[in-house]
Amino acid sequence: MIKIEMTVNGRPVSGEVEGRTLLVDFIRQTLLLTGTHVGCDTTQCGACTIHLDGEPVKSCSVLAAECAGARITTIEGMANADGSLSSMQQAFQDYHGLQCGFCTPGMVMAATALLEENPTPSEAEIRHHLEGNICRCTGYHNIVKAVQAASGQDVTPVAAE
Amino acid sequence: MPKDGGIGTSPKRREDVRFLSGTGRYTDDINLHGQAYAVFVRSDVAHGRLNGIDTEAAADMPGVIRIFTARDFEGCGGVPCGWQITSRDGNVMQEPKHPILAEGKVRHVGDPIAVVVAETLAQARDAAEAVMPDIEDLPAIVDMKAALADDAPKVHDELSSNLCYDWGFVEENREAVDRAIKEAAHVTTLELVNNRMIANPMEPRVAVGDYAAHSDESTLYTTSQNPHVIRLLMGAFVLNIPEHKLRVVAPDVGGGFGTKIFHYAEEAFCTFAAKQLRRPVKWTSTRSEAFMSDAHGRDHVTKIELALDEDNNFTALRTDTHANMGAYLSTFAPSVPTWLHGTLMAGNYKTPLVYVNVKAVFTNTVPVDAYRGAGRPEATYQLERIVDKAARELGVDPIALRRQNFITEFPYQTPVAVQYDTGDYHATMDKLLDIADHAGFEARAEESRKKGKLRGFGISHYIEACGIAPSNLVGQLGARAGLYESATVRVNATGSISVMTGSHSHGQGHETTFAQVIAEMIGIDADQVDIVHGDTARTPMGMGTYGSRSIAVGGSAMVRAAEKVINKAKKIAAHLMEASEGDIELKDGQFTVAGTDKSVAWGDVTLAAYVPHNYPLEEIEPGLEETAFYDPANFTYPSGGYGCEVEVDSETGLVEVVGFAAADDFGNVINPMIVEGQVHGGLAQGIGQALWENCAYDADGQLLSASYMDYAMPRSTDLPMFKVDHSCVTPCTHNPLGVKGCGEAGAIGSPPAVVNAVLDALNRGGIAVDHIDMPLSPARVWAAMQGAGANLGAAQPAARSEDTAGGRSVGTP
Repeated sequence: MIKIEMTVNGRPVSGEVEGRTLLVDFIRQTLLLTGTHVGCDTTQCGACTIHLDGEPVKSCSVLAAECAGARITTIEGMANADGSLSSMQQAFQDYHGLQCGFCTPGMVMAATALLEENPTPSEAEIRHHLEGNICRCTGYHNIVKAVQAASGQDVTPVAAE
Repeated sequence: MPKDGGIGTSPKRREDVRFLSGTGRYTDDINLHGQAYAVFVRSDVAHGRLNGIDTEAAADMPGVIRIFTARDFEGCGGVPCGWQITSRDGNVMQEPKHPILAEGKVRHVGDPIAVVVAETLAQARDAAEAVMPDIEDLPAIVDMKAALADDAPKVHDELSSNLCYDWGFVEENREAVDRAIKEAAHVTTLELVNNRMIANPMEPRVAVGDYAAHSDESTLYTTSQNPHVIRLLMGAFVLNIPEHKLRVVAPDVGGGFGTKIFHYAEEAFCTFAAKQLRRPVKWTSTRSEAFMSDAHGRDHVTKIELALDEDNNFTALRTDTHANMGAYLSTFAPSVPTWLHGTLMAGNYKTPLVYVNVKAVFTNTVPVDAYRGAGRPEATYQLERIVDKAARELGVDPIALRRQNFITEFPYQTPVAVQYDTGDYHATMDKLLDIADHAGFEARAEESRKKGKLRGFGISHYIEACGIAPSNLVGQLGARAGLYESATVRVNATGSISVMTGSHSHGQGHETTFAQVIAEMIGIDADQVDIVHGDTARTPMGMGTYGSRSIAVGGSAMVRAAEKVINKAKKIAAHLMEASEGDIELKDGQFTVAGTDKSVAWGDVTLAAYVPHNYPLEEIEPGLEETAFYDPANFTYPSGGYGCEVEVDSETGLVEVVGFAAADDFGNVINPMIVEGQVHGGLAQGIGQALWENCAYDADGQLLSASYMDYAMPRSTDLPMFKVDHSCVTPCTHNPLGVKGCGEAGAIGSPPAVVNAVLDALNRGGIAVDHIDMPLSPARVWAAMQGAGANLGAAQPAARSEDTAGGRSVGTP
């Protein structure tokens, strides 16, 4: 077993892991942060996307032991300091960018990272950036709108198209 | 009632806050004290004799608690089937046993053989790899028509053949249909494949079993669309646990699309093992495991013939379908190609004579059952393809041909048993052509031509039947279940309300929409209404959510229960205001006496119900809580016009969906935002089926598409922004809300629109192609363009038939 320490959602955490333990399993099973989801086993779906030292990463593709000393943010750490939803989270609700909610944490993490890199992405840039996150419910239409809205772009309100 | 939260408005979804903040509670988020982990050992061959299982080495591995095999389930039942079909000859279908763990034979890749339960998941996985089943390979059968040959290997040795049933509908029409086709001025014939799908909700299935020795109660937490159905099937037919000692909880469920309706062996296993081991047992499916254990969908091979008179009126329709059941009968599998398919074969058209024949076949593949639309997409695909083909053969406009044959008078009795109550197909067609800017198509096609692309426009116009019912009729049709829905409306003393519904939300947003309805009826804030679902201990016996039935059936049950509550509350209000009950009105949360200025607030009446000091105790009981079970009189019939616009790369065959428009008639709409979201998602799945998704097996029954690396899910870059509309409204006439259901429409109406669009593009480009089987991958489209026919593509058991136009050969590149 390997002892690791890291900062998760601004708080220092530690735990013992096997060499083979994936970061997502450490997050879900040791830290009990169950907002990060596992939707596949081939790094295809993106439901487990977190921020690792500020970069969006699929946490099923990283070993926990590799992340010793890292700074990690999960969906549980995305709300504003007062507990209200972040602008991206709020836009997902406002524009109905989620249905079953399972892919949603990964989508929010990926989309938030996009805006840090590209504050006003085009529809094509949003779609390209989210290609690694599969959603089975929404057909992506309202996710794209939510990201556009979160970036301050004009978007047709829901149910008014 | 201010229109900011009632019927017809789009308040934000209340469930979103937990999903967006990571505080949702899905089944895999449940970890019980002392829980052990189960890992299934599954067959890696499609068909074989199971001569033994060597568990010795595995049993000695670290952390292993116990290894289970079929022997442990002696005395338990198999996984039951919930629908019995009767064949044309009057015999009931062949119904093989579906054991929890394989007995004597394995019958598909993924068939569970043994289960390791260990202290940790990693230990269970390690030990599962050390379990050594002794399997003697047998020839596998994956092709349906080959499976019906006299000398075909039998999936189930104890059955007379691989034929599950041979169903004819309407049998009395058979000869008349044959005659009409013989005498027709024109007959269009099409052979096609409805490709096998895997539902792929993003949340894999999970089961957590728990047992409380002190009360002898078992609890199962599971990813289900209908926890009461699981409790009944598993308790009564598999494990022999009385329902009052069994609780099934389906908490937040990450999508279902049909595949989480069914009762699965893993649920029974975890419940059983928890009692045996006296500790909680958890199983979490991996995605790879989901591909070979979740019930698959579709997989029909069909020949369809449409007869027309000299004026292009449809005179008869005949179909001949082979439907794949897979290796065992999943819960509702037999109903999908029959009652959910045959009854839809009139479509939007006044074809007077219809005959449907379906042969359901066992093969060495994963069981096949309902997937979003279930039978109705298969019917719609056939109809909307054959009408387009007929139009091309006759040289007429496909839209005009549809319009000419549309049903225009309602109620309309179809020749396939069902009676449509309402609809206006010309209206939805008009709306579609408007929102799709059909008038501007030629100009856009010209732009595409300049870029070297072929542009096409494809239409489909669907009918759907939702909320399958009534129960006494479906019982006659072979259902072993009722198809009512239940609701309890519990009014609390201070006036807030808890609604316990038998419907289940796994993405549909019931917690928001159901609350809107109650808020509107009583005139209180929706925040005062809580919707409880997904727990057999908290909700009345309900049938769950599938077949777009929630608002039409579950919503109706809730309305009926709320009406009972309001009627009782009016009695109390009448007493409090010393007025006649008949004069009491309820509006905006106030009871008033007609023609006076007397009023009493909702909260005062509810308080009186629970603190009955000034109360008509001699007339009514205290309390304010009512339950209703609603059994619909008929199906509901949503319909709509769908239009797809594509660009085809003439060099590569790559299809790009450049526009998609959907004009639906869902009857009354409770929450337009949610309805549109349902359509978007359905469209994505239907377009996915048409262009990319395909469950493929090789000739030996190996599942080739067993991960997201191999099974092409629609991604964000694959789809356009959609244009959707639901302003054409013909309310349902037989349920209290006038609603029809919207969950499956997108997946039903879209596949033929996509295929019709691609064929339109090719034919406009001077490439005469009649048909290409789904999915329309670049390889298939390119091959069709080269005049090679439609025979290339991934192997697929359903398609390997010489006499289908889609007869793709297994194993050929």
